[in-house]
Amino acid sequence: MSYLYAAYIATWVIHVTYLGYLVRRYAALKKEIDDLKKNQ
Amino acid sequence: MKRAFPIFAVLTAALLSYGLYEALVVAPTEQTMGDVQRIFYYHVPSAWTAFTLFFLNLVASVWYLIRRNSKADALALAAAEVGVVFCTVVLVTGPIWARPVWGIWWTWDLRLTLTLVLWLIYVSYLMLRRFSTSGQTPVLAAVLAVLGALDVPLVYFSIWFFRTQHPQPVIGGGGSIDPRMLHVLLINWAAFSCFAALVCWSRYHLEVLSREVEETRALESLLGAGSPR
Repeated sequence: MSYLYAAYIATWVIHVTYLGYLVRRYAALKKEIDDLKKNQ
Repeated sequence: MKRAFPIFAVLTAALLSYGLYEALVVAPTEQTMGDVQRIFYYHVPSAWTAFTLFFLNLVASVWYLIRRNSKADALALAAAEVGVVFCTVVLVTGPIWARPVWGIWWTWDLRLTLTLVLWLIYVSYLMLRRFSTSGQTPVLAAVLAVLGALDVPLVYFSIWFFRTQHPQPVIGGGGSIDPRMLHVLLINWAAFSCFAALVCWSRYHLEVLSREVEETRALESLLGAGSPR
């Protein structure tokens, strides 16, 4: 059973890590857009 | 799409939870391998989803090469990146299954080696896109994508035409599967496909937005340089 759980946990760790990366990039981009709006 | 996104996200989460429940609780236990066989309900749908995303990358790359459409290029990048994530899942869950069943984590079997090569091709694609500063990068990446996609059918059909240690295909080919197991497999495939579509759309949207910001910045600096002092 430990191998089974390890595989399922590993799958979600990979997906959640990637989703976290996307969220961070979205946040950085939003900040950049706000800066651009302020400068205009 | 913006309005439909949260509804689709909730439906996908529900489908993924249902797929997990079916895989862990409802699916019958395989007689030889026992519970470890349930890894198959994540491993196989992840592989099919990765293949679909690499195919989408191929279509978008060809579209870009013909039309030089920037959105096609953004879609190719998004599909490749999400495809690499799913391919990573395949390469991680495979050895976790192999250790208790084969007694080894890895062997240089044709199917396994070709899958690793596939992953390396698309990682190279992403590295090219990330680090190349040439204006020709999208064209070079699209050509690499077209050539890289040739490995997908090789991976898929390697267990049909060659003797490998990897189990036979469950649909078609020489393998067979209990209908209850097939049902769980298809549910998880649908769930992971919906999840991949959501993530790919988000990545595509992010890429289009970041290109727009880059263009605005470039325009701004150009206007700043051209204005009288």
